[in-house]
Amino acid sequence: MSYKVAKIGLVSSHPEVYDPCDDSFVLVDALLADRVNLAQHQPSICIEIGCGSGYVITSLALILGKEVPHPALYIATDINPYAVTVTRETLEAHGCFADVVNTDITNGFEKRLSKSVDVIVVNPPYVPTPEDEVGCKGITSAWAGGENGRTVIDRILPVAEELLSDKGWLYMVTLAANKPVDLCMEMKQKGFTSRIILQRSTDEESLQVIKFWRDLDTQLEANVGENTKLLQFNPFSFWKRGNQSAPTSCKEKFSLYD
Amino acid sequence: MRLITHNMLSSNIKGVTNGFPLRIQVEKVVEKEVDFNPDFLRNMFAKIEWKALTEASKTLGYADLPEETEPLMLESEEFLRKLHHALLELHLEEGALVCPETGRKFPVNKGIPNMLLHEDEV
Repeated sequence: MSYKVAKIGLVSSHPEVYDPCDDSFVLVDALLADRVNLAQHQPSICIEIGCGSGYVITSLALILGKEVPHPALYIATDINPYAVTVTRETLEAHGCFADVVNTDITNGFEKRLSKSVDVIVVNPPYVPTPEDEVGCKGITSAWAGGENGRTVIDRILPVAEELLSDKGWLYMVTLAANKPVDLCMEMKQKGFTSRIILQRSTDEESLQVIKFWRDLDTQLEANVGENTKLLQFNPFSFWKRGNQSAPTSCKEKFSLYD
Repeated sequence: MRLITHNMLSSNIKGVTNGFPLRIQVEKVVEKEVDFNPDFLRNMFAKIEWKALTEASKTLGYADLPEETEPLMLESEEFLRKLHHALLELHLEEGALVCPETGRKFPVNKGIPNMLLHEDEV
């Protein structure tokens, strides 16, 4: 059994857990597009913040693990207690393993993993919502992002700065409403270079995947330039592959904010 | 929860100065075999707090790790296999992680630790 990325049919689910949707797929597509760099990068420790259904961390483990089994330590966290169980089930269904922890962002790991994490992937709750929806532990935590959808993102960025190794990379999904240009400027203040490595517009959203890395080594920047292209996706290309039907929970989610 | 993760977790409760390592309360331990990868182990070795690992390993019922290490051991397959077993194959399925300063328990259920803090602990 050798899957390129997680199979939708094997992803576990629960009513209180966010099913994989456009934003999950765009992140995994970005990782796939960057797989040559990722393999060369040889990350030792990879973390997904907000693992939800486990679709992304499983896909990352599959993408990286093709050559050598378990070459990295994978850690997945989520504030939602149902999500961590679902993630564990999804990983098992694919024959993958990650250490899953129910925690707020990476609370508990900061001291020991300071400057040690080589890859962080995050599809944060980016939807602009009222502040009081932020931080609930149920499914709302999957999308509620407060003002400009930035409340949780703004907590994740300093954590990423703390945890990322010198060679560390952060991949993050953002919405146009999150003001990604401002985000990149803020990360630049912290010494990070960034590039939008994948962009996709649907009727509802304009999504970007931004890759951040420490501005230490111009070699790294050269790698990104050679092996990564800015890709535009036809939103319907997803539904053509693998007989996946559009998840209804994804559509319901967006209809709340029409 | 495997010991490699336990070795990376500390108690973040407000006011705690040293929340590492978390003590372990065992209710159920499961052993799951994983492919042996010496390169991975050598890579991770520098990150590991050895004493925390040996103590945790004994708590989970595996006492074969040496008390002290030296760099040459990384060339020994026998040592690496013991390290592999302790770090990656022992799972605390049910139990708790305990803050060494406050005694506060973080439950572990189905192998997943719950490190969420209450409002007054943040």
